[in-house]
Amino acid sequence: MRIALTILAFLALASVPLWLRDPYLLNALITTGIFVIGAMSLNLLLGFTGQLSLGHIAFFGIGAYVSALTSLGFDVGLPGDLRLVHAPWPPIAGFVLAILVAGLCGYFVGLLSFRVRGAYFVIVTISFAEVVRLVALNWVELTQGPLALTNIPSIALPLPGFGEMTLRTKMHNYYLVLVVALIAYLLIARLVHSHFGRAMRGLMENETLAVSVGIDVTRTLTIAAVISAAIAGAAGSLYAHYIRIIDPEVFAFINTVTMVIMVISGGKGSLAGPVVGGLIFGLLPVALRPVMAPEAQWIAYGSVLIAILFVLPRGIVPSLAQRFSRRRSNAPALAPVALTETGAKEPA
Amino acid sequence: MSEFLQHLVNMLVLGGTYALLGIGLTLIFGIMNVVNFTHGVLYTFGAYIMFIVVQQLGLNFFLALPVAVLAGWLLGAAIELTLLRPLRGSDIDTTMLVMIGAWIAMQSGALWIWGGVAKSVTTPFPEAPLVLGPVSVSWLRLFVLAAAALLILVTYLLINRTSLGRAMRATFQDHDTAALMGVNVDMIYTSTFAIGSSLAAAAGALLGPVYVIFPQMGDLAAVKAFAIVILGGLGNITGAVIGGFILALAEELGAGYVSSGYRDAMGFLIIIAVLIFKPTGLFARAERVG
Repeated sequence: MRIALTILAFLALASVPLWLRDPYLLNALITTGIFVIGAMSLNLLLGFTGQLSLGHIAFFGIGAYVSALTSLGFDVGLPGDLRLVHAPWPPIAGFVLAILVAGLCGYFVGLLSFRVRGAYFVIVTISFAEVVRLVALNWVELTQGPLALTNIPSIALPLPGFGEMTLRTKMHNYYLVLVVALIAYLLIARLVHSHFGRAMRGLMENETLAVSVGIDVTRTLTIAAVISAAIAGAAGSLYAHYIRIIDPEVFAFINTVTMVIMVISGGKGSLAGPVVGGLIFGLLPVALRPVMAPEAQWIAYGSVLIAILFVLPRGIVPSLAQRFSRRRSNAPALAPVALTETGAKEPA
Repeated sequence: MSEFLQHLVNMLVLGGTYALLGIGLTLIFGIMNVVNFTHGVLYTFGAYIMFIVVQQLGLNFFLALPVAVLAGWLLGAAIELTLLRPLRGSDIDTTMLVMIGAWIAMQSGALWIWGGVAKSVTTPFPEAPLVLGPVSVSWLRLFVLAAAALLILVTYLLINRTSLGRAMRATFQDHDTAALMGVNVDMIYTSTFAIGSSLAAAAGALLGPVYVIFPQMGDLAAVKAFAIVILGGLGNITGAVIGGFILALAEELGAGYVSSGYRDAMGFLIIIAVLIFKPTGLFARAERVG
């Protein structure tokens, strides 16, 4: 049932460029798709280990810059009269490197920040993202600072026997994003249903108990952070090669917030949650554009977020799934009482 | 050496307003367990109140500060009553996201009303700075420091010398027991949020004329306020004051001796370092669990 629904949703999304010809809408779908990949990676941390990272955009931005710089080449001076010169490589190499470097950064941030939890973890991740943003802004020789890296080449797929296929059109990029999103989705699904996934959720629900049955907390959290950062890096790389211009604003806090909104409104800890939440909040500005001034759109965006939290506090997907399953099982007149996460009693 | 003294003087001026921001947030964070993302908007709001009172209404500069404090208090109470009170008992992530939604909506509202062009406020202070030996400081900045110090003192007395303050401290320690002892916890929450918001608005009204006023000015202020709170320990007012000055010192020294582009990074680097080596903050008391 769930698998059938997933395949159906994928086919529906795959059919979009065949009937949707409006380049503006297609563009909105592509950037939304890229942010959905980022939101899925954030969900791995937030929804399955319970760690709220408010610096997630750092990995996305690092992926974007690594990928852009790999394919553009650079020539920077290092301390001690050394020069680091890099000739341009194909963008696909940038994509791979973006994943590796972002994953590596995830490893170090994971090691540092999992020493602290809760509000402290939040502030470490925010600080990390701000520091990275300021480096991108100030290391002008490498990143061009606010002048931005421009003319980033589009990704070219090597096709054995046919040479290369450069993904220039919106339709190409749409399918590229869709395929990467599908891979990320399947990877995360595989992960959370594995032994490792059970360890993660065990940690989230009761850390003391998890430790007592032999779960290595730091190792589990660090692996989750690395995978999460690597996927975010992949999304950043796609973004760089699609938009083809990257400036330090990519690290803006609002971008992390956008991903968090996508995850929580869709339903954290639900695989489909970030996709549903992402499509709603990614496309909401598009839907509001014809009827509202840009500032008013954002007022509506904030208000819709508040409304969703008041009406469906656990997120759209879990709330709907619960409602759906209740209807199917012909809920008895006296609903049993279940303990929710907050410990408050609520009719199941 | 004189350069270092100058940095110290700048640190004092900046640190005072940072402390105001930090105290407001640490009260809300500590007592209500709400990650208040509207704090930066209240800061922006205070600055615009200053702009309206001085530039648009043409009233006295010194009148604008109490007006900003009052307006911040009212707006904070309104946010608490409409958005936070119905969500009492929700988990921290839910209230945080509601606050994020309110932040986005209110900041866009500011952009809509006042536009994106930066505004400045004319002040009654002389242009020429006060020169004391090797250091110089503008009269405006001295006023900012004095006003911030006064507000910090008032807040300190409010928390430690009044019955409202005692009820707030009791609620911080254990809100269930406080409620059993007859404390109106709902009222304490609203007051806490209103006081915290008025302090943020005061900080904005004070720093607005020093720099320029624009809708997004509160974003960095909010992140810094979080940093100060973490530095000082949750709910710890003295810690927030010291944290504010430490952050200001780090920024001044970073801007002075490393690169002015890294001014904002210095604070964050220090925070990361503190959290690695002393994760509960520099002046931590026992943190409430649960």
